Amino acid sequence: MSNQENEKQLQALLKQTLAPVKNTELQRDLWPQMLRRLDAQPLRVPWFDWALAALTAAALLFFPGTIPALFYHL
Amino acid sequence: MELLQRFAAGDLEAFEALFRQHQKEVYAWVVRIVRDSGIAEDLTVETFWRIYRFRARFDPAGNFRAWARRIATNVALDHLRHARRETELSDDYPSPTGGDPALRSELRSQIKQAFLELPAKYRIVATLALIEDEPYNDIAEAAGISPALVKIRVFRAVRILRKKLNSLGVEASAT
Repeated sequence: MSNQENEKQLQALLKQTLAPVKNTELQRDLWPQMLRRLDAQPLRVPWFDWALAALTAAALLFFPGTIPALFYHL
Repeated sequence: MELLQRFAAGDLEAFEALFRQHQKEVYAWVVRIVRDSGIAEDLTVETFWRIYRFRARFDPAGNFRAWARRIATNVALDHLRHARRETELSDDYPSPTGGDPALRSELRSQIKQAFLELPAKYRIVATLALIEDEPYNDIAEAAGISPALVKIRVFRAVRILRKKLNSLGVEASAT
């Protein structure tokens, strides 16, 4: 049996078992669900912000002389 | 500023407008893959969540519809990968009543089981190509692969299914 015949035969068998989805209409507006999803996201600090904070803290610890300069620039 | 530019810049109102324009289409695509209306609703929201998260990667000169469908396909694929061993096929879309009466319920359940056990990447193309009669080119565009690869995956899915059914003593000619 050729590949094409093979495929057709199995396709017929599948279609008798699993009907194509006919009702593809969305029954309700999903925007309220979407808004809940957007609101539910916790505030996440990017890793590079943490790295920057760690670098700053280390710099202040090892070079306390930079503290006045930091205050000057704030 | 154009809607797509505003969306890419993070404007929530622009996102809402796009959501309302495309939610039905995204749902209709996803429900044909996962065959469960409740899951399809959740995956539609997940799709738009990813769309919103990755908005900066979207080119406002590009095709939003195609981009959304590609993301929806990936979301559905992720769902099939994770849910494959946990869930049965939904009864939302039962077997056609007009089918061959000779196709016994035991045989149907064997075919369903064999289909459910297909690897997700084959199951998604088999569902769209063999059950939903979706053109290979459309499947390829949505899945981000070439039409030739879609054809190969359909061929492999058929081969796996036939092998599984043969091992269960089921011949395709049983129809």
